[in-house]
Amino acid sequence: MNLDLILGILQIVLIATTPLVFAGIGELVTEKSGVLNLGVEGMMLVGAVSAFIILVITGSYFLAFFVSILSGIIMSGLFAFLVLFLMSNQIATGLALTIFGIGLSSMLGKQYIGTPIDGLSPWFFVIFSFLIVFLVSYFFYKTKAGLILRAVGESHNSAHALGYSVIKIRFLSILFGGSMCALAGSYISICYAPMWQEGMTAGRGWIALALVVFATWKPERVLIGAYIFGGVTILQMNLQALGLRFPGQFFSMAPYVATILVLVLISSNKLRIKLSAPASLTIPFYKGR
Amino acid sequence: MNSLFPSIVFRSQSSGLMNFFVPIISIILTLITGSIIFVLLGFDPVYALYTFFISPISSTYGISELFVKATPLALIAIGLSFCFKNNIYNIGAEGQLTMGAIFGGGIGILFHDTNAFWLLPFMIFAGAIGGALWGLIPAILKTKFNTNEILTSLMLVYVALFILDYLVVGPWKDPFGYSFPKSRPFSESGRMPLLFDGLRVHFGLIITLFLIFVSWFIFSKTIFGFQLKVSGYSPKAARYAGFNQTTLVLFAFAICGAFAGIAGLAEVSGPIGLLYRDISPNYGFTAIIVAFLGRLHPIGIIFASLVIALTYLGAEDAQLFLQIPSAVGFIFQGLVLFYLLGAELLINYKLTYKKLL
Repeated sequence: MNLDLILGILQIVLIATTPLVFAGIGELVTEKSGVLNLGVEGMMLVGAVSAFIILVITGSYFLAFFVSILSGIIMSGLFAFLVLFLMSNQIATGLALTIFGIGLSSMLGKQYIGTPIDGLSPWFFVIFSFLIVFLVSYFFYKTKAGLILRAVGESHNSAHALGYSVIKIRFLSILFGGSMCALAGSYISICYAPMWQEGMTAGRGWIALALVVFATWKPERVLIGAYIFGGVTILQMNLQALGLRFPGQFFSMAPYVATILVLVLISSNKLRIKLSAPASLTIPFYKGR
Repeated sequence: MNSLFPSIVFRSQSSGLMNFFVPIISIILTLITGSIIFVLLGFDPVYALYTFFISPISSTYGISELFVKATPLALIAIGLSFCFKNNIYNIGAEGQLTMGAIFGGGIGILFHDTNAFWLLPFMIFAGAIGGALWGLIPAILKTKFNTNEILTSLMLVYVALFILDYLVVGPWKDPFGYSFPKSRPFSESGRMPLLFDGLRVHFGLIITLFLIFVSWFIFSKTIFGFQLKVSGYSPKAARYAGFNQTTLVLFAFAICGAFAGIAGLAEVSGPIGLLYRDISPNYGFTAIIVAFLGRLHPIGIIFASLVIALTYLGAEDAQLFLQIPSAVGFIFQGLVLFYLLGAELLINYKLTYKKLL
């Protein structure tokens, strides 16, 4: 192997992994505040399609990303309203968000399938993805606000008793998660692909959810996990391209099987999961109880 | 003087009346939102709603199609209720359906030139086994390695779809199929018998109704059903009573997988008649909505499956006559679940107006 090839593969891995980092870190912040949002895939798709449509109509990359992030905030705001104010089941509401997002994105994007656009260089976002992970890590472990957010995720009753607004903090965390997921989606449709295709996120939202477990809810480890998954994905594509005598479908399965294997490895230590998962995860907060 | 805004008070016992009304409220709210969406898209809402919800079932054929779509939805949903009642979130029914179709369909392909009475029962049995085995993977991973069943069951959906894809373009490809990615057709005795001449509604409906009855029996008359419900309501109480949670998880997943597998087999040996790539329009995922909308109750699930089946038919008609993309069906399904989950507040909490002063 020569150096150029290795550098080339490294580049592709960086470009392919970035959306996983965005979605993973967004979901991590949401879960740290004690809320599990399974709507990642749906928010990514709506983010992807809204960025694509705005880019086609206005030609402005700035507006495309802006509207996309706005769509993520609206989608996650809907989720937040249901789980925080109406105290609905977080798992079911997240699933509803994903189903709704799949439907909404394919309806909005129907007439844009196959529309050509000029893709944007991904490198700004690749660098930004590293930056945001370290910013989140700094926020969690070096600032008071981060400490409060983590406290809300560990024990909302104690945080409430200390006078912190559990609902407000969770609301903001969910919105941050939503905007990151939408950013991940718009990165895929504008930088990575660049095109719009129904269901084009292809399960990355679910892999991002698995990443949070893999990372045992620690920001930097999201980065490590994302690059393992990204590496496996690119490896299978390259092996497939080399024309190994092995059906392509088995390579395409690789990222999903790898996700399962990694989850098994990480979760089998029950104590570690129990100690690192936010203790109030999926438990609704109700003042009067 | 009463306060202007209601405050939310926890009910010590969930409201039975609301349990009945909440699904109806959420369907009505979905219809209202739906008509707003149609107006925004520039359609006459009355005509659009008629096209979506009335015209698909205004003929005998339409009603038959409604049952064709409702059959897999109801069967998977009743299977899911075994998991959901115990707070096990199996969202990989689509994969279990696919595996059932592969196992059962595999038998059908193996005996493609056999005509015998035992063929269909054999295929159904194989479908149930395939689905149950696929469902047991996340169950074993959960009980042995503490993995999150939501994520593993979902990842297995993708794996199952790739296996099916491999089979129909590879070893099981029809040798006379002009290299289309599909298998040989099953023999006549490997097909679900039709219930009426000229209509597509098939024997799978009878199987579904039978299994719904069996499930009702298990839930309300057996100790196993009781244990499932108790560990769903209060895991602590279940542990205190000495119920074996591992066994419950394995059983719930196996039953759910088997039902989804039978649903998958019923699809390929019913309306389709062979194996190919797209055997299911997301029945496995949509059944999650059916299970919640039916409030995990057998009768509720029957009605919910008909309502959701109508969104499939309506979406097809809307695409045909109004040029609205059929994805609007998913939007309706997502909306109905949103409203349902939001309105569940009324079941477990009550709104009261506090007295000021």
